[in-house]
Amino acid sequence: MTELTCIICPRGCHLTVDENLNVTGNSCPRGEAYAKAELTHPTRTLTSTIKVISSNATRVPCKTSEPLDKDKIFKAMKEINEVVVKAPIRIGDVLIKGVAGSNVNIIATKDID
Amino acid sequence: MINKDLVIIGGGSGGMSAALEAYALGVKDILILEKNDYLGGILNQCIHNGFGLQEFKEELTGPEFMSRFSKAVKEKGIEYRLKSNVYDISKDKVVSYSNEVEGFVKVKAKAIILTTGCYERNAGAIQIPGDRPSGVYTAGQAQLYLNCYGYLVGKRVFILGSGDIGLIMARRMTLEGAKVLGVAELMPYSAGLNRNIVQCLKDFDIPLYLSHTVKQVIGKDGHIEKVVIAKVDEKFNFIEGTDMVFDVDALLLSVGLVPNVDLISKLGLHFSRTRGAIVNQDMETEVEGIFSAGNALHVHDLVDYVVSEAREAAKGAVKYLNGELKNEGHVYDVEASNGIGYVVPQKIYVDEAEDNLIFKFRVRKPYKMINLVIKEGDEVIRKIPKLAIIPSEMEIVKIAKDKFKKSSNKITISVEEK
Repeated sequence: MTELTCIICPRGCHLTVDENLNVTGNSCPRGEAYAKAELTHPTRTLTSTIKVISSNATRVPCKTSEPLDKDKIFKAMKEINEVVVKAPIRIGDVLIKGVAGSNVNIIATKDID
Repeated sequence: MINKDLVIIGGGSGGMSAALEAYALGVKDILILEKNDYLGGILNQCIHNGFGLQEFKEELTGPEFMSRFSKAVKEKGIEYRLKSNVYDISKDKVVSYSNEVEGFVKVKAKAIILTTGCYERNAGAIQIPGDRPSGVYTAGQAQLYLNCYGYLVGKRVFILGSGDIGLIMARRMTLEGAKVLGVAELMPYSAGLNRNIVQCLKDFDIPLYLSHTVKQVIGKDGHIEKVVIAKVDEKFNFIEGTDMVFDVDALLLSVGLVPNVDLISKLGLHFSRTRGAIVNQDMETEVEGIFSAGNALHVHDLVDYVVSEAREAAKGAVKYLNGELKNEGHVYDVEASNGIGYVVPQKIYVDEAEDNLIFKFRVRKPYKMINLVIKEGDEVIRKIPKLAIIPSEMEIVKIAKDKFKKSSNKITISVEEK
């Protein structure tokens, strides 16, 4: 039995999920889908910054190209903080390929000249 | 003195989208004045995602969202000045600014849009008790240091206030290796979005102490060393025996945002309950031809809403420049009544309004199972049932203007409990 707060809408339904992934407490089908995904394969988009060599900036903001497994987030942060990149950089440029042993890349979210 | 059709003060998301809208509507003689040395305003430091779901139907980070506008401004050749600080505006629409290249400059504008954003309430604003050591930051300051310059302001952090910036910084500092010991919120409910409570606090087991606040800040050799948190009763008095002491090296404050209205106060205008200017349906202030939008007018939850409001202001400015905005005909005063904190706009010249009237407002406290009631005089124009409604989520209601009968000069919005 697991309890969750639904994050889909402001109502914030109190969800209860049993061992067989039966969801109760939801007011709409979206709550059920959220609860199932959250309990079977939770993922998060990770955003951070990477050290950059440029005359205009010291950090380039970045994100995962798609949501990353939640349990790989701290490993990904470690790799992000070990990398140094050089300008020029364009939005979408891959800064780390396959972060934390996943298929997810770390990409730039800002142009740095 | 330089002459311009439209001067926009503030080159953040609001200012840039206003400029692009006015440009698209045929006003090309525009000048954007920005105090920082970059366009995009606060979104430069908001590296998290969640922006743009309304505007672009995709989830972007702050810098990505902002870049779409700054690229468009540059492509269209809209004039802008960076590092330019506006220090005065007058009712006859003379804008005075200075920068290191041009020195002191005066611009005579035909219309002005104020998109100056908001600022954070700080330790002084909430009269935080105890010492005044270093190590006490607003959440936005800590965010700027970390995300733009790579400095972590502390390793053992406590956060006062559960506003979204505080929640986002709790996650961000945890990811960077800091220990966030807790978040205290004075009110019995969080000021932040539910999704941020889950993603930023619960994901990292950071405790949220509701009905708690800082009782004392303790410094040693000029730097913060401890913070004492205690529980409060309904009247916000400390409850004895609930003290908790945390050893910290930084305290972050996420205790509210206030529209930046320095320039509006120079005009001697009245302030609304949003602490911004009083505006009409076209976001025009009490001075003809001077408009305000975005967080400078009222603090928004989403930048997407800032963008759309700035576009409304730009449309209004273009109407004004074309001589179509005269503030004539039937007028309504719009009032926030029972349970409603504020409403924008506060005045509606209905004959000059677009087909739909747009009301933006917030409730004063969380409610469940209520009706939102919009009335003209005593007559109910619309009743909107709501399962749940909270102050941290702004409501936007559109009503066709022909639903209003011009039988009264008052529109009220209120909460009706069932």
